[in-house]
Amino acid sequence: MKLKLVLEILGFVALAVLVAVMPSFVSDFHSREFAIVGMYFIALLGLGVLTGYSGQISLGHGAFMAIGGYTTAILSVDGISGHPVRDIWTIPIAGVVAGLAGLLVGVPALRLSGLYLALITFGIAVSFPQLPKKFGGFLGGTSGQILNLVKAPFGLDLTPNDWIYYLTWGIALVLLAVAWWLLRGPTGRALQAIRDSEVAAASSGINLAFYKTLAFGISAFYAGVAGALYAMASAYVNPDTFPIILSIYLVVGLAVGGLGSLAGLIAGAALIYFLQNHADTVARWVNHLPAVDLNPKQPGISSAIFGAVLILVMLLLPTGAGGLLRKVFRPLTTRLYTRS
Amino acid sequence: MAVAAFTWTEFAQQLAAGIREGAIYAGLALALVIIYRSTRVINFAQGELATFTTFIAWSLMNHGLSFWSAFPIVLAIAFTGGVAIERILIRPVENASVLTIVIITLGLALLLNGLMSIIWGGQNRQFHGPFSTRTIDVGGVPISVQDIGIVVTSLALVALLALFFRYTKLGLAMRAAAVNPASSRLVGVRVSWMLALGWGIAAVLGAVAGMMIAPVVFLDPNMMQTILLYAFAAAVLGGLDSPLGAVVGGILLGVTITLLGRYVEFIGSTLKLPAALLLILVLLLVRPGGLFGKVAVRRV
Repeated sequence: MKLKLVLEILGFVALAVLVAVMPSFVSDFHSREFAIVGMYFIALLGLGVLTGYSGQISLGHGAFMAIGGYTTAILSVDGISGHPVRDIWTIPIAGVVAGLAGLLVGVPALRLSGLYLALITFGIAVSFPQLPKKFGGFLGGTSGQILNLVKAPFGLDLTPNDWIYYLTWGIALVLLAVAWWLLRGPTGRALQAIRDSEVAAASSGINLAFYKTLAFGISAFYAGVAGALYAMASAYVNPDTFPIILSIYLVVGLAVGGLGSLAGLIAGAALIYFLQNHADTVARWVNHLPAVDLNPKQPGISSAIFGAVLILVMLLLPTGAGGLLRKVFRPLTTRLYTRS
Repeated sequence: MAVAAFTWTEFAQQLAAGIREGAIYAGLALALVIIYRSTRVINFAQGELATFTTFIAWSLMNHGLSFWSAFPIVLAIAFTGGVAIERILIRPVENASVLTIVIITLGLALLLNGLMSIIWGGQNRQFHGPFSTRTIDVGGVPISVQDIGIVVTSLALVALLALFFRYTKLGLAMRAAAVNPASSRLVGVRVSWMLALGWGIAAVLGAVAGMMIAPVVFLDPNMMQTILLYAFAAAVLGGLDSPLGAVVGGILLGVTITLLGRYVEFIGSTLKLPAALLLILVLLLVRPGGLFGKVAVRRV
């Protein structure tokens, strides 16, 4: 097992190096795109802990991102009793606020199994955009709130896009390490035991209520951090910044990345970004097929392609990218792990 | 905004509107329950399926067909489509986890929504229903013919289904397949095909709900999204595995939400949906099986 640990650490270091050198090879605009992929990755890590490890389905993680984003917006513009908080310090606060909201949802979730939970969390995702409309004075209403533009602090010589890239991926790597550390220990084993059989887990002395609520809290914390970063990068929040469909896209990313695999989630995050913003490119590829002629700019293309990809992935590759990776590397890893 | 003075006439009108909303929720909730009972899965694509078939009806009527001649054609298309979807998309993952199937239905919802925008465009369209919107006097309260027509059509369909499940051999086989697949297979029921039939029937229910509500709201690709959520709420309210519960839950929810939206100023029209969800959340905490559902007790 020592070898597995070494491999995982090496993989992490390789990822960190890749992240660090990336901006030198790509344009400023691409840095921004990669930064947004990083935000989806953070949110997916949270969802991975919840759905992949503890087996609770959430279709409402867009709402936790929205809570994070709105927290950052309010703190960095209105501030606490009139003193605006510097944007990067609002990130942990946004995470904690969203995490608390997650704990609140986690408590009724204890009594709701599988589908009921999916429905209730979906309901949260749908209800959330109504709140800014109702409490317009506080949350900015439909027109939203404008944030200050991000700027590299501490006299760092970085463009805003590079700064948000490094900030996002720095946080993403730390949170990846935290999730990895948490899940390989007793907490991860407890969560997986609950996922596989609640009855068996409870009879082995695992405190179901504690771990299931904890998973919700952690997961919402991650989503809140992602939402805070997203709000900073957009410099603007309104009910459409975190649309209902975002929650669905996150589930798509999780399914594509693979349940129960953390690194595979990067692929899921990249797919969410790519399909959301470059569906026209995919439409052009599809047009190479015989007898297909799609107008790449037509509305609806993005959604149709998203849906088709999702169905195909679930039918052909039910374990997602992470599962595919494991399958490819299995001959290698079995040899490494087997003691001769 | 002050709430206008309370009158019994208006209350009765709101009640009628609530029952009309409720009848639509009931139809869609019943569709969800039929699929849930046989496959233990919530079909997140139910709303988009309904809208899709309504668009087909719109196209047929645009080509000169009257509503009632398009109606059976659309139902046949919906039924075939529902069966085909089950055979092609759900059958291969029949034994997979709930999450896998839920994700496939979500994918189907996205796909259908996109296709509708591509084929018919995203703008609102007027859908001419079979019932006139003029009002008639029912015991001193003016109620529109359309509202009455919607309620009668929806409930007639539900009654027809109840008869089908209760008195035909096929209906019995479908119920058996849902309750105990293993034993049904042993006595010769083709369980897998019963699931496909369930999808077909659910698609028909959705199509009727779509064609009934389209004249009231405008027809666009997102028409059914909020309605589907209320239908979810209604199905959960009645208990996900109880068809009777779905119908009662639908009407109950429609009436409650309409009255709350009208008479509780804080809720108004913006917080109707959150209010509905809070309602079912509280109910689920008190009665985890819904009003009519059974809570599964597992032997370990």
